[in-house]
Amino acid sequence: MIDFFADPLQYPFLQRALAEVVIVGVLCGVVGTLVVLRGLAFIGDALAHAVFPGVVIAYLAGTSILGGAMVFGALTALGIGMLTRSRRVSEDTAIGVVFVAFFAVGIVLISRQTGFTRDLGALLFGSILGISTSDVVVTAVILVVVLAVLLLFLKELAMVAFDSTLARTLGYPVFWLDLLLLMLVAATIVAGLQAVGNILILALIVTPAAAARLLTDRLGRMMALSAVIGAGSGAVGLLVSYHAGTSAGASIVLTATAAFLLSVVLAPKHGVIAQACLRRRGEHHEHHAHVVEDAPTAEGVPDRAS
Amino acid sequence: MTLPTAAPDARLALRDVVAGYPGSTFELAPVTFEVGPGEVVGIIGPNGAGKSTLLKAVAGVLPLREGSVALGGRPLRDFGGRLAFVPQREDVRWDFPATALDVVLMGRNRDVGWLRRPGRHDRALAEEALARMGLQGMGNRHISEFSGGQQQRIFLARALAQEPRVVLLDEPFTGVDAANRAVLHEVIRGFARAGAITLVATHDLDEVQEMTTSLACINRRLVAFGPTSETFTPDNLRATFGGQVAVFA
Repeated sequence: MIDFFADPLQYPFLQRALAEVVIVGVLCGVVGTLVVLRGLAFIGDALAHAVFPGVVIAYLAGTSILGGAMVFGALTALGIGMLTRSRRVSEDTAIGVVFVAFFAVGIVLISRQTGFTRDLGALLFGSILGISTSDVVVTAVILVVVLAVLLLFLKELAMVAFDSTLARTLGYPVFWLDLLLLMLVAATIVAGLQAVGNILILALIVTPAAAARLLTDRLGRMMALSAVIGAGSGAVGLLVSYHAGTSAGASIVLTATAAFLLSVVLAPKHGVIAQACLRRRGEHHEHHAHVVEDAPTAEGVPDRAS
Repeated sequence: MTLPTAAPDARLALRDVVAGYPGSTFELAPVTFEVGPGEVVGIIGPNGAGKSTLLKAVAGVLPLREGSVALGGRPLRDFGGRLAFVPQREDVRWDFPATALDVVLMGRNRDVGWLRRPGRHDRALAEEALARMGLQGMGNRHISEFSGGQQQRIFLARALAQEPRVVLLDEPFTGVDAANRAVLHEVIRGFARAGAITLVATHDLDEVQEMTTSLACINRRLVAFGPTSETFTPDNLRATFGGQVAVFA
């Protein structure tokens, strides 16, 4: 068992890879919480696709892939924000049409290169084992910046996710807050490109958060759990891929999926087993609910009799 | 963060308000009326008449296509934190990871301000509001763990914690039992005593007669507006609801 961890970690490239997937896992887990709660999974997928031509252009130009993807990510986030604001076209239709087309543009661009299959594979599915120390550092910086922004605006982002009507009533710029969240998602997608690739990144954003939601009813705990599940999936998935000789990105995503399925079955309150137990103790539960349902009797509030 | 305050006698004025959902052709024809502090305004009309549309336009949730909504001559939007909106039960995401206290504290966000966390004062206001709604000691429960009536009281507590000048209630009487109805009445009277202006969108005509001081009859346009005693007439109701209502004058 110890060899499972120790054996691969004697190689510096695997140490770097492990650091990278843990950082990306935490990032995806935290940002994913808000993506899931705001219902942005589909838009996030579109965003991941639309970032692709930026990645390819940066790659072909020999400049920083992160830089190119960042620029495209920001533009795309803005585009999606505008689109969802105008609501003239059905949002999901427009996303389906426009952003998959973006993706195709990226593939057309890269298909002109010789040996494009290998390059394409690396961008689409990640190339975690070839990661450099500076790549890891850049990812860590993205993590710190995203976490800082998130903490500063968590109160507002959570409010918009729960009740955008309240946010608008209070006079908050809901459009800009959504755009901020989309920017964070774009940064996360870009940061995860090398670890799990363009196609699979959305799974690592959504799945740990979905699992965490089943395990707790508190926002802060959900974020923390989601980060732990994301990082754990990254580490375990990477090591499994090393031993089994499978694709790292796909192994990581499947590990997260396994964590989600375990949560579906075993979660203390929302899990399948817990729900079944609750139903069996239905009488007890009803009694409990009855105790909770008391007419308010505090001052200023009349009781049942009045 | 200090929010602008309105004079105690500030009146709420809707001027030629035209509103509708973005991308929808449904539009509420220009609505104009004005009410003073302590008034409870019933907004009545058949389904699809635009009651919710009007309420959401006043709330700033829907953009105004034309016209203005002002409190004491200043755009109502400027008073964000003092404007409370109590949504219909089915408009709330009960699966969101939030406690009752979380929800009430959200109402204080504008007062708390950007980059800050709710302070002792905000927490005290929130706890007190929950207690007034008979939910003392339950602030740490998840919102899905409450009964329907209690869930409405969480949102009433949120409105209370906002110390509102204008309160908007969207179909508050729907599916509410007698005990919770009594609470709702008391809360509305409390808002009125505190000088707030309350707008209630409802199709419950009994409640309108009992609870409101003014009445806005809506059917894609403002059919009639005035004190409830003068406006709640068979003619006005017939003009608002068409043949749908057996009138009992």
